[in-house]
Amino acid sequence: MREGLYPVLIECLQVMTVLIGAPLFAGWIKALKCWSQGRSSAGLLQPFRDLSRLFIKETVLAENASWIFTATPYIVFGSAVVAGAIIPVLSVDLPLSAMADIIALVAIFAIARFFLALAGMDTGTAFGGMGSSREMMIGSLTEPAVLMSVFTVSLVSSSTSLSHMAHVLTSHTIELRPSLAFALMSFVMIALAETGRIPVDNPSTHLELTMIHEAMVLEYSGRHLALIEWANMMKLFLFAALGIACFFPWGIAGANEIWMLPAAVLLLVLKLALIGVFIVFIETMFAKMRIFRVPEFLGMSFLLATLGMISFFILES
Amino acid sequence: MVIFALLGVNLISAIILAFQGDRRHAAELNILGSAATFAVSLALAFRVYEEGPFITGDGFFFVDAFNVYLCVLTAFVSMTTAVFSRKYMAHERKHGKVGHKGMRFYHAMFQVFIFAMLLALLTNNIGVLWIAMELATLSTVLLVSLYRTPAAVEAAWKYFILCGVGIAQALFGTVLLYFASEKIFGEGSKGLLWTNLSAVADKLEPTVLSLAFIFFMVGYGTKVGLVPLHNWLPDAHSEGPTPISAVLSGLLLNVALYALVRCKVLVDGATQSHMAGHIMMIFGLLSLLVASFSLLRQRDIKRLFAYSSIEHMGIATFAFGLGGPIATFGGLLHMLVHSLTKSSIFFTAGHASQMHSTQDMSGIGGLIKGNPLAGWGLMLGVIAIAGMPPFGVFTSEFLILTALIKEAPYIMPFFLLGIVVAFAALFRRVMPMVFGPAPSNQKAVKLAHLPVLVHLGLVLAIGLYLPAFLSDWFHMALKILIK
Amino acid sequence: MSTSFAAEINSVLAALILLTSFGLLVQRRIYGLLHIFAWQGLLLSISTAIVGYTAGLHHLYISALLTLTIKVIVLPYILYLLIHRLRIHKEVEDMINIPTTMLIGIILVILSYHLMSPIRELSTLVTRSTLAVALATVMLGLLMMITRKKAVTQIIGFLAMENGLFFAATSATYGMPLVIELGVALDILIAAFIFGIFFFQIRTTFETLDLKAMEKLKEEE
Repeated sequence: MREGLYPVLIECLQVMTVLIGAPLFAGWIKALKCWSQGRSSAGLLQPFRDLSRLFIKETVLAENASWIFTATPYIVFGSAVVAGAIIPVLSVDLPLSAMADIIALVAIFAIARFFLALAGMDTGTAFGGMGSSREMMIGSLTEPAVLMSVFTVSLVSSSTSLSHMAHVLTSHTIELRPSLAFALMSFVMIALAETGRIPVDNPSTHLELTMIHEAMVLEYSGRHLALIEWANMMKLFLFAALGIACFFPWGIAGANEIWMLPAAVLLLVLKLALIGVFIVFIETMFAKMRIFRVPEFLGMSFLLATLGMISFFILES
Repeated sequence: MVIFALLGVNLISAIILAFQGDRRHAAELNILGSAATFAVSLALAFRVYEEGPFITGDGFFFVDAFNVYLCVLTAFVSMTTAVFSRKYMAHERKHGKVGHKGMRFYHAMFQVFIFAMLLALLTNNIGVLWIAMELATLSTVLLVSLYRTPAAVEAAWKYFILCGVGIAQALFGTVLLYFASEKIFGEGSKGLLWTNLSAVADKLEPTVLSLAFIFFMVGYGTKVGLVPLHNWLPDAHSEGPTPISAVLSGLLLNVALYALVRCKVLVDGATQSHMAGHIMMIFGLLSLLVASFSLLRQRDIKRLFAYSSIEHMGIATFAFGLGGPIATFGGLLHMLVHSLTKSSIFFTAGHASQMHSTQDMSGIGGLIKGNPLAGWGLMLGVIAIAGMPPFGVFTSEFLILTALIKEAPYIMPFFLLGIVVAFAALFRRVMPMVFGPAPSNQKAVKLAHLPVLVHLGLVLAIGLYLPAFLSDWFHMALKILIK
Repeated sequence: MSTSFAAEINSVLAALILLTSFGLLVQRRIYGLLHIFAWQGLLLSISTAIVGYTAGLHHLYISALLTLTIKVIVLPYILYLLIHRLRIHKEVEDMINIPTTMLIGIILVILSYHLMSPIRELSTLVTRSTLAVALATVMLGLLMMITRKKAVTQIIGFLAMENGLFFAATSATYGMPLVIELGVALDILIAAFIFGIFFFQIRTTFETLDLKAMEKLKEEE
């Protein structure tokens, strides 16, 4: 069965899950936020409606936009899909995950970020350049931290392959591991920064001077904007999935465990719902911090990740 | 019994003095308490001399030739300092530098300080040794800031923080030592008793002990005032009252070095190597060189002699690090003569600065005319401390140098360089003060002659002729330190 | 409670203590510092009690209680009163910026791990792995004392260092003999009183608790 169609099917199923789940997840967060603020929400499906509207609309290109500007949405979307094929969301039995480990995953996200930043500067507007420079600053700080924090998990499971990491963690008995706790704290902080949530960036504002991600994509419209928005939702979804795979993998179907799939889907929905609650909780509790405090925030997450790694050596080996 | 009497006298005097406060005869009571301590310490010394080392108080106290000689020295110098401080502090009081609360505090804390040092010397327990060292620091911290001038408060704060940090490292060393000994002795105080530890030193884990020694070195080394941990010392010495400078220099540094040497004996036993000795030699030589070159740059008279203390502590540390009977003998002797000489120098320097109402050396001059005893006292003290014959410092430095030429001739030039530079720097500064023209504001001050004369006389006597009982004593101490 | 479970809890506590020492390094508000310091003391006393329970050593309960009263209640309270009475400015100022301090801190932690690794091999106690954390706490306290300008923060650094020493004593050797621990506790209390007196002295002579004012005593030419 392993050599047959099953892995390919699983792979397709997972990519579909990511593609469809991401807007749903984004919708869930928006809805929760509306409820928490006493507003009535537009429903879970609103992101789909937004996307389809954008796809229908005409695409306007700046006069001096180069090929980079037009290619970027596809590259960003493509890299998000590839990342979705690597991270074990439903099952660890992914044929693609053998060819890319956690380092490659970080690199894939970096490619997307790199092109976005280029595209931001490509049209030559002031906001695009500002957004790009901020995004790169944050990126340069988050990448080492994300690597450190995920490496801690790979130290515990002695592998850098995500599927293998998730597999090892599920098959072990539950232990109190300070290193994983540190890594998790650090990971949460980085994920918030990477996906442009409060307290680092505010996804729902277009307030000119404080935005980071939105400033870069200000010049996009129509299907390009749709692709970028969709990729952005997928990134949020994927970071949530990455967190689940690294720290709470219980429930992800193991190799050849086809009967586990329905349970895996159910648990995934449950976990994502909880993560949504958590994100909304953070966004209501904290205010967006000043951009100059962001390096400190990220430095703290790097510190936590390093502490996690050190405490693995000191306390657990 | 004698030990309890020795420690009790101080505590009781401290309490009495705390109540006596600034009333009449407080200074006399202080002298009386110190004299009683000295008398008891002599009795203790005779007992050790007659009967050899003994352990008492359920293993809590341990007296051997090494610590009993330091005990007598501590009691003696504290007694002469008390004599000196009677007139000195009366003068300070009269000029409004200290209030009556300050005087109460000064007298009480002086006794507590002596108590802490004697406890550190007499205890057999490495942990209690640490506690006593910390107590000695704490009791002197507020004495350094007694005058409440900004400089004094700053000096005291520096002293407190640096020594606090240092002594914390020493506690870590103690923890490591206990960690090693616990395997042999199991739980409880037994594992911290020095006599027990030194009996089984070769069974202690060498890696743990070498690590522990590094912590001890940093910790107690800070208190000895070794470079690069010496920063507190010149400040604390220059800003505190002179009697406190005298006891800090003459006694506290010795006690800290004593603690370090006790630890070294254990570590040497465990590692069976010269590691600890080498570390001490490096620190000692560094202190000697840095301090002697720093001497060139000083303006404040008490700072000058504070650096000289660092230099001499460096020499003594170096001697103990060098090891071997001659160098260790030299080190023991050096601790003794340095303590006597340096405290007498501080006495005269204190008088000199009182006569001129300044500690700045350029404001001091013509001591030999203004007060021949202070002038000659300072001159002879400096001659002695610079290591000129016929004083005792010459003897001890000569012994160390002899051992050095035999053991490690290639270090000898550095060692000599340090001594020569210190010599030059001291004389460059002291000659104008003693023989130069007297400034117009010089005024006569009542002097305590006796302590200076007695100290210098003793140093001279030791230099001319080492009494048999003293050399016997040192030989007994040598047997403990060298296995 | 099984030994291995206790060891796990203890290593979690060790990790938290390490976290609090970093928290002390990065915290900007003085009251925040006091809270973190009190938390560190609490973690320490819990850890001591657990070690005492698993090893069956009852004198450790006394140490735990001692830590609880002195480090969690008395000292933070005294410091709180002092800060309140002296109306100290609430922000902590440091000489080196926080990210650099953190980097130095990480290096210190690695250094202490390196220093302690030979000793770890020798110990048979379940708590042995926390020794490096203890040393790291000492080093971080030291770092805090060096990099802070205010007298109050230096003192908190000093006390954090003492916490590290205490932790070392429990983790390496199941606690020093009781006499020593009582003596050390007494010394710390005396030290705290002296801090108090000092704060007033510094305040009255310099009219600030900022140690920048204390730069008179330098080497003279």
